[in-house]
Amino acid sequence: MIKLDHLSRYFQVGDQSVHALDDVTLNIDTGEYVSIMGPSGSGKSTLLNILGLLDTPTDGEYWLNGINTSSMDSDAHASTRQTRIGFIFQAFHLVPRMSAFENVELPMVLAEMDKNERHQRGHRALERVGLLSRVDHRPDQLSGGERQRVAIARAIVMEPRILLADEPTGNLDTVSGKEIVAIIEELNAQGLTLIVVTHDPKIGGHARRRIRLLDGKVVRDETSPAVPS
Amino acid sequence: MKLRDRNSIALGALIRYPLRTLMMLTATAMGVAAVVVLTSLGEAARGFVAAEFQALGTHLVIVIPGKSETSGGGLGMMIGQTPRDLTIEDARALLRSPAVENIAPLMVGSASVTYNGLERESPILGSTPELLDIRQWTMALGRFLPNVTSERGAAVCVIGEIVRQELFREEPPIGKWIRVGDRRCRVTGVLGSAGRSVMVDVGKIVVIPVVSAQSLFNSPSLFRILIRAKSRESMVAAQNDVKRIIRERHQGEEDVTVITQDAVIATFDGIFTVLTFALGGIAAISLVVAGVLIMNVMLIAVSQRTREIGLLKALGARQRQITALFLTEAIFLAAMGAVVGVLLGYLASSGLGLVYPDLVFRPPLWAVASAVLTALACGVIFGISPARRAARLDPIKALAGK
Ligand SMILES: Nc1ncnc2c1ncn2[C@@H]1O[C@H](COP(=O)(O)OP(=O)(O)O)[C@@H](O)[C@H]1O
Ligand SMILES: [Mg+2]
Repeated sequence: MIKLDHLSRYFQVGDQSVHALDDVTLNIDTGEYVSIMGPSGSGKSTLLNILGLLDTPTDGEYWLNGINTSSMDSDAHASTRQTRIGFIFQAFHLVPRMSAFENVELPMVLAEMDKNERHQRGHRALERVGLLSRVDHRPDQLSGGERQRVAIARAIVMEPRILLADEPTGNLDTVSGKEIVAIIEELNAQGLTLIVVTHDPKIGGHARRRIRLLDGKVVRDETSPAVPS
Repeated sequence: MKLRDRNSIALGALIRYPLRTLMMLTATAMGVAAVVVLTSLGEAARGFVAAEFQALGTHLVIVIPGKSETSGGGLGMMIGQTPRDLTIEDARALLRSPAVENIAPLMVGSASVTYNGLERESPILGSTPELLDIRQWTMALGRFLPNVTSERGAAVCVIGEIVRQELFREEPPIGKWIRVGDRRCRVTGVLGSAGRSVMVDVGKIVVIPVVSAQSLFNSPSLFRILIRAKSRESMVAAQNDVKRIIRERHQGEEDVTVITQDAVIATFDGIFTVLTFALGGIAAISLVVAGVLIMNVMLIAVSQRTREIGLLKALGARQRQITALFLTEAIFLAAMGAVVGVLLGYLASSGLGLVYPDLVFRPPLWAVASAVLTALACGVIFGISPARRAARLDPIKALAGK
């Protein structure tokens, strides 16, 4: 499903060129559970942003579902993000003035879904993350773990094929973090392709496939035969 | 994004930042209110002047001695010089025209008026009984110059209400003898206070027979001849007849100016309409200033909500959708400002109406409509650049709040 072919991403800082990603070649299949680990500045976020079509490679190719993404225009990128990719961020990124349901509703509003369907899907998504009792709460009335669960509900409400999570537990305590990991692993068990960026080896170790980045290069890529529990 | 969703998101953002919303609302509202008030002021002035001239009487044609250079109308003719006297005989001759219903010769001067030791200086009008009808004055008491014609005078006079109060106080004035200049006359009536004319306040005048005025002021020359035409349609005919008759009587020279009250009204109407437009235009500039403020505050809004914009992009929002979202906010602000402004404008207009009860303050519809449209246009024009900036933000940087 995902194919990276000699992909690089350089940033020009002054007259220096930073190689955030350097000649990365990767294949990720549907339904995989991949963790991306590595020290700070190793290019994890850059990789995830490119996978999520928020950023474009400087060099090389990114094929998604058999289509070279560099041949798509920005509207096509937007609609791919809308229907196929769900994001979860370290900082949750909920809109503070909107209730939990309204936050979850947002991608459906952008997709011009009708009100009834929005209502049904939104509540179903909140149910899947165990937040049906909090639909009308605003983010400032929710705990960190609950906020991230709202963000997960929002990420899956369009029923994407891929879930991208950049340090999803980075702002959470251990207990909440475990809950979040459990939820996204459950989603993966139901068939969603899951790619998690983390520097927490405990979380990264859960993943069936573990990729390690260093200075923009893939230095390790290992797959366990079975999911440890 | 559906219109309803867009509106509710925009509205939600406006409510979330009340200070910003209030600021922009006020700016727009002030601009719109200024247009409404200033144009209603212009209209009130126009209406006032038009009403003043209307009060001269209907189907009125005025003959002024002296030829005015401009023929259309205007102020020049009112201060025309006097090359040849306009006489009572001239006035009487005008009755030959079939288009003329009535005439009143008019002399104007000033003299002291005394009764019982009380004295005041008053404008003195010399005329005939027809004046009452032509000027559409009313009588508060008694009769208007009985037994007087343009040939024959009598020792009678009619006084205005203010003159009556000052000379007679509580005393009944009818039949009393007063002194006007060096002549004595008997008061036959008091003018109603309703009358106001462009030139003088009716309350302050004393009217005497035109013949008496001629000898009082020691001049045969009339100040004006007032003519009432048979109908509105016959005013032009009356005007032409007057010129012809005067030319015959003045050895072929048309040394008078003949104006109709309509022409005067039209002139003033034109002047005041231009004035109203100018006032509206000046006020509209303040609306544009409000527009600039909208732009700046929307730019602040975009930077305040950078993360939100980044998020929308990550969730699949297209550039067009984000532009529309912020533009909707700007238009909402402009529209709300316009509504508040119109209300404020009408409120201020009625306030002015209370302070100046003589004037009618009614904001002209065209001005209200164009103020609202200008406000909306400002919302769009000045909202578009911040909205575009939001739409073009890089999603990763925006999410990081940069
Ligand atoms: N927009 C940018 N401009 C310049 N340099 C950047 C930019 N984004 C990332 N980098 C650089 O690229 C490298 C990889 O960054 P990142 O992918 O955020 O690392 P990680 O998420 O693994 O900590 C870092 O050296 C970082 O400084
Ligand atoms: Mg990172």
